[in-house]
Amino acid sequence: MTAPALAQERAEAVDDVILRAEQVTKIYPGTVALDRVDFNVYRGKVNVLVGENGAGKSTLMKILAGVEQPTEGHLTLEGRPIHPKSPREAEALGIGIIYQELNLFPNLSVAENIFMAHELTTGGAIIQHREQEERTRALLARLEQPIDPRTLVQYLRIGQQQIVEIAKALALDVKILIMDEPTSALSTTEVEGLFRVIEELTASGVSIIYISHKLEELMQIGDYITVLRDGRKVAEAPMHAVDLSWIIERMVGRDTAASYRPPQHPIDGELLRVENITLPKQGGGYLLHNVSFTLRAGEVLGIYGLMGAGRTELFECLMGLHPLAQGEVWLDGRRLTGGIDRRIKQGIMLIPEDRQREGLVPELSVADNMLLASLRNYLQGFFLSRSKEMASINRLVRELAIKVSNVQNLISSLSGGNQQKVVVAKTLLTSPKVLLMDEPTRGIDVGAKEEIFEIMRRLAAQGLGIIFVSTELKEIMAMADRILVMSKGVITRELDRESATQQALVEASAIGHELVRKDVSGNGGS
Amino acid sequence: MAEVNVQTTADSSPLSQLRRGRLTLRGMLLQLRAFIALILLYAFFAIVSDAFMTQNNQVILAKQVAINAVLGIGMTFVILTGGIDLSVGSIVGLTGMVTGMLIHRGLILTPLDRVVYFNVWIIGLIAIGVGMFIGLINGILVTRFRVAPFIATLGTLYMARGLALLSNNGATFPNLIGKPELGNTGFPELGRGTLLGLPYSIWIMVALGLLATFITRKTPFGRQVYAIGGNQRAAQLSGVRVKTVTMMTYVISGFCAAVVGLIISSQLIAAHPATGDGFELNAIAAVVLGGTSLAGGRGTILGTIVGAFVVGVLRNGMVIEGVSSFWQMIITGGVIVLAVIIDQAQQRIQERSAV
Repeated sequence: MTAPALAQERAEAVDDVILRAEQVTKIYPGTVALDRVDFNVYRGKVNVLVGENGAGKSTLMKILAGVEQPTEGHLTLEGRPIHPKSPREAEALGIGIIYQELNLFPNLSVAENIFMAHELTTGGAIIQHREQEERTRALLARLEQPIDPRTLVQYLRIGQQQIVEIAKALALDVKILIMDEPTSALSTTEVEGLFRVIEELTASGVSIIYISHKLEELMQIGDYITVLRDGRKVAEAPMHAVDLSWIIERMVGRDTAASYRPPQHPIDGELLRVENITLPKQGGGYLLHNVSFTLRAGEVLGIYGLMGAGRTELFECLMGLHPLAQGEVWLDGRRLTGGIDRRIKQGIMLIPEDRQREGLVPELSVADNMLLASLRNYLQGFFLSRSKEMASINRLVRELAIKVSNVQNLISSLSGGNQQKVVVAKTLLTSPKVLLMDEPTRGIDVGAKEEIFEIMRRLAAQGLGIIFVSTELKEIMAMADRILVMSKGVITRELDRESATQQALVEASAIGHELVRKDVSGNGGS
Repeated sequence: MAEVNVQTTADSSPLSQLRRGRLTLRGMLLQLRAFIALILLYAFFAIVSDAFMTQNNQVILAKQVAINAVLGIGMTFVILTGGIDLSVGSIVGLTGMVTGMLIHRGLILTPLDRVVYFNVWIIGLIAIGVGMFIGLINGILVTRFRVAPFIATLGTLYMARGLALLSNNGATFPNLIGKPELGNTGFPELGRGTLLGLPYSIWIMVALGLLATFITRKTPFGRQVYAIGGNQRAAQLSGVRVKTVTMMTYVISGFCAAVVGLIISSQLIAAHPATGDGFELNAIAAVVLGGTSLAGGRGTILGTIVGAFVVGVLRNGMVIEGVSSFWQMIITGGVIVLAVIIDQAQQRIQERSAV
């Protein structure tokens, strides 16, 4: 832990709150995303916001940035109430945001990106390219980045693109800058560069709101920390007063509603063996490097890791989606070969992370979505047999307790949890021996999560091997019989039930992310 | 018509949905709009024109419709995957020329210094093979080389037309009756013959329409076509062989175009290299009027056939009424745009009722 002692003294002396959210509540149909949250943004400081997925961080940021309006509660900026109704209004008030996904136009130049929709013009019609480029150059110089303003953004590295995003916010003269997971795609050196920029910004009076899952990184850059959990603020403290275990405890909570239950069934012998999976990254380096592990029948294997750790890529390699991947996968003593369609037949199946983009076909009915991966099973001669189809559909609707009034309705008419169950049903109809579940509880409510967990336990009891990926510590701790931690494309640690602690997971997930320069501003460490 | 892919059961028909209150009357009228438009058009021309309802004109109309409908059936498969096939008009021309050439000159085997003449059945199969081969090239360009369907089929549009022109130096193969001594007579029968008083081309349309409806609704291939158009990534992750299935749709489209090429050259008893010019646009119009989404994943074969009837009746009626061909184009264009506007409105209503 590195608590900036000098910053602490300064903080106590002069820190004041520039932006204050008071009792902010945001209700979406069916869920309370934020429940009477107070949030203080200290002037000229790095205000860190942490919480697990679904804790309400993004919603709170959207409210501050004018994208969403609070259902209740209010915001005050420098003591005056504000009600930003759009991102433009928030910008006019001096609040800028950099989203997790970069919002840049790769086909336009750096300068054109920075002045997009705020073009400097002559008479409102003709863009003053030279003037824009000059100002862009000045902004980039301030950020210590010698990027040519006329370069197309697509030719910049991700880290440089991030800098362009920051420059875009600075061009609007922001007083408060929100950064949502700015380092998830950056290399270590790029992170260091970003941190220097953040220090300069705070030194010049800009207040930063900083969201990240990388706890060690937060502790280094942050001045204040606010923890959200399940839509509520659970703690706020100066960073120097807290340590890693304090943060984890506040984030995850002590409630053990979903606590680990040791399997009641025997865990059999080796089912899947993964040997030296390596996936090269475009432009050098590796997305996955020599990943090897085994999975036993009846076992639930959890994979924990931050964004960019290579979890999704690993699953894709197992399914044969990356022709460039090296390494071998053995299932039941037979080597898996071919593309995804052949591997599914060989007994491995994936539940993808993004249900909408990768799991479901929105134009099709519940029934057709469910049957999509196993259509050959329902053939009678050349044609699909309705009775065979319905037998399978009815069995899974019953087994997974899918709430659907009519399976011929469009899939989009179901709730998120039931949609996810349809995806699970689709995979089960392929009769897999190994099931890969990528964030299986993403975006579904608590009750549905518990049901998905129950289904996982039942499948494991039937002898399936399950590998599931999660970014939520609590989920991993509750479900996995064994845990692998990944970071930067390698397995950094393997933990069995007894030795797995939340802290151990977090530490292992940060291996490879350590910054060389621990303290940049000259403040003393603790 | 998003639920079209659903099996035909009592519960998924618009009527029973109406009963359950899931669809408003307005929604149902919107769903059946192509049918309703067709009936209104028919009634209109039947009233204002004496010549429209004559048996003679109805046969002419049906022949025109069959051409567009058969092309549209193939096109529907391609569009359901989210693609487009601009080459069908040229395939019509090329397959006609292949037929003409084989009847007139036979197949010249240069190395053996021999000329082989086939009977008309074989010639028909060869012409269909040529159409499917062009479709296969389209499919390979789109799936293996990742050329955008619009561009890939635009390229084959030009190439197939060029081949058609090249085959006889831009000239027509006239008088495709064949010679008894060469054993290749009988080709005009396809265009001239009737069954139960209806020309063969109508029966071909009906047969292909039924077959295609079965394929789209009752085979894994058909389901997978819808899935690819709806969400290609989800289809891939479900083990659908996206490339193979997509490629097949272009082969089907090429097949349908070749069938049309045979029908037309048989009806004219001649093969002209410019035949089929612009047919691709009529076929696309039929598909779109039938409620198929150009984005893929949504549409039916029956809708396309109804769409082909709408285009056909509109044009035939206007010709009979002596509407200038310039106004015909303006009106046809307006109808297509109107159909898409209504389609969008229906989508919004359906999305609202789905929530």
